[in-house]
Amino acid sequence: MNESLLVEVEGLRFSRGEKEIFRGIDLQIPRGKITAIMGPSGTGKTTLLKLMGGQLRPDAGRVRIAGQDVHRLPRRALFRLRRRMGMLFQSGALFSDLSVFENVAFPLRVHTDLSEAMVRDIVLMKLEAVGLRGARGLMPSELSGGMLRRVALARAIALDPELILYDEPFVGQDPISMGVLVQLVKKVNQALGLTAVVVSHDVKETLTIADYVYVISDGQVMAHGTPASLDDTGDARVRQFIHGEPDGPVPFHYPAPDYVTDIMTARVRQ
Amino acid sequence: MSDRHESHRQGLPGASFPRAVFRRIRALGRGTLDMVDALGRAGMILVLSSMALPSREGWRLWLRQMHFVGVMSLAIVLVSGVFIGMVLGLQGYTILVDFGAEDALGQMVALSLLRELAPVVTALLFAGRAGSALTAEIGLMKATEQLSSMEMIGVDPLRRIVAPRLWAGFVSLPLLTVGFSVVGIWGGYLIGVQWLGVFEGSYWSNMQDSVSFFADIGNGMVKSVVFALVVTWIAVFQGYDLVPTSEGISRATTRTVVYSSLAVLGLDFVLTATMFGELG
Repeated sequence: MNESLLVEVEGLRFSRGEKEIFRGIDLQIPRGKITAIMGPSGTGKTTLLKLMGGQLRPDAGRVRIAGQDVHRLPRRALFRLRRRMGMLFQSGALFSDLSVFENVAFPLRVHTDLSEAMVRDIVLMKLEAVGLRGARGLMPSELSGGMLRRVALARAIALDPELILYDEPFVGQDPISMGVLVQLVKKVNQALGLTAVVVSHDVKETLTIADYVYVISDGQVMAHGTPASLDDTGDARVRQFIHGEPDGPVPFHYPAPDYVTDIMTARVRQ
Repeated sequence: MSDRHESHRQGLPGASFPRAVFRRIRALGRGTLDMVDALGRAGMILVLSSMALPSREGWRLWLRQMHFVGVMSLAIVLVSGVFIGMVLGLQGYTILVDFGAEDALGQMVALSLLRELAPVVTALLFAGRAGSALTAEIGLMKATEQLSSMEMIGVDPLRRIVAPRLWAGFVSLPLLTVGFSVVGIWGGYLIGVQWLGVFEGSYWSNMQDSVSFFADIGNGMVKSVVFALVVTWIAVFQGYDLVPTSEGISRATTRTVVYSSLAVLGLDFVLTATMFGELG
């Protein structure tokens, strides 16, 4: 085991029904760095995070976090391991029956015996870090999408985890809150020294903060390297993705029979 | 996909017969496997959540759910109980008075309620009022990734979300059944004694003589406990296991009410046959 790696993914295979989502994925995620996993929509990036968090079981291969094989752990040990990780869901996934303050306090209350005063201090510190100390009394339904994600980030770092998994943190944000979130991801990584995995298809934003990038498509790692080295890669598919060209080796059309034949053949029953 | 292509290529009318039969057999097999699989998942949920050790936090969560599941169902259960009791009083009186046996009204009302109507009707009302709400609530938590995020915080949603609801349903339905019986008997009294003029002493004394604590009240409560387990189990399983879309939630909520009602009525027959079968 390599000490400098926090997460190792080896030969990961996963399928949903007939559809093969991953056909042998290898990833190495170093400690203290921001590693980005990019790829077109529908390549199963969120699924990959759920596999890392042990919420889904792979068909083959393994995920090791801090030297522990996630999918071999008994249920109790898995939940203990998860206390050392934070995950930021795309929707924020705040508990809708708890206020902003109580949402951030939740991990502290269930996993620690801290006094009420101490919980309050920590919650306010975390909310201050995401700029929402003033919103502590609001309910999740009163927040905008960007604020929801920031509160969720405060909750994810409440227990000072070693690893934080971001699921599409920038998607669907206006330019200002996008900028705020980009800065926050960077700041949290630097200030707390934690390891970050950012799953995203927002190429520009992700490349500005990532230390290392994996591009996945068709269930495989297509390319990996530092953001600078990806720019001058020879692979046409990677270039297409990074520069956002609509058609190219990654086709615009979903696989279909020939257009003319399809229209001219009138079949009553398919 | 592939067999559609093959049948298209062959296009023989004779070839479609065994193909259709095989498709049926395959569908039957798959359906059975899916059902066994779902039963297994339901069993896992029951075991993993009900084994949670009671903690101080657990008590608090349970009490909160007792409020939502039990107390909030009280109104509908009690109102229905009064009306069922009143109807029993009316119907029973019109039949009994023909034989000059209206003194036995108390016995009739009490036995019908305790043995049969209170456990069954309360369970059906409970499935509609509380079961569907449980399914929708847990399902929406799943659809909005609240269950997933709780897992990633390192808290088992089976213990935190499912267990308190399961136990609250399990405890509150038998209590609601007791309430239903009490107000039902009072409803019968209201109609029989106050309105139709049955002698008050015989209404109560006939009831006292004929109702046995173990055979009638006890067996009725056994039924109620079984229904409580089944209805709550179905409700939390449907919520936890649903497809997290708006359509999935609506289907699961419907399934909760349909499956619970069928299970209650079916089990009622089985339990009646085993417990009261030899009473004659």
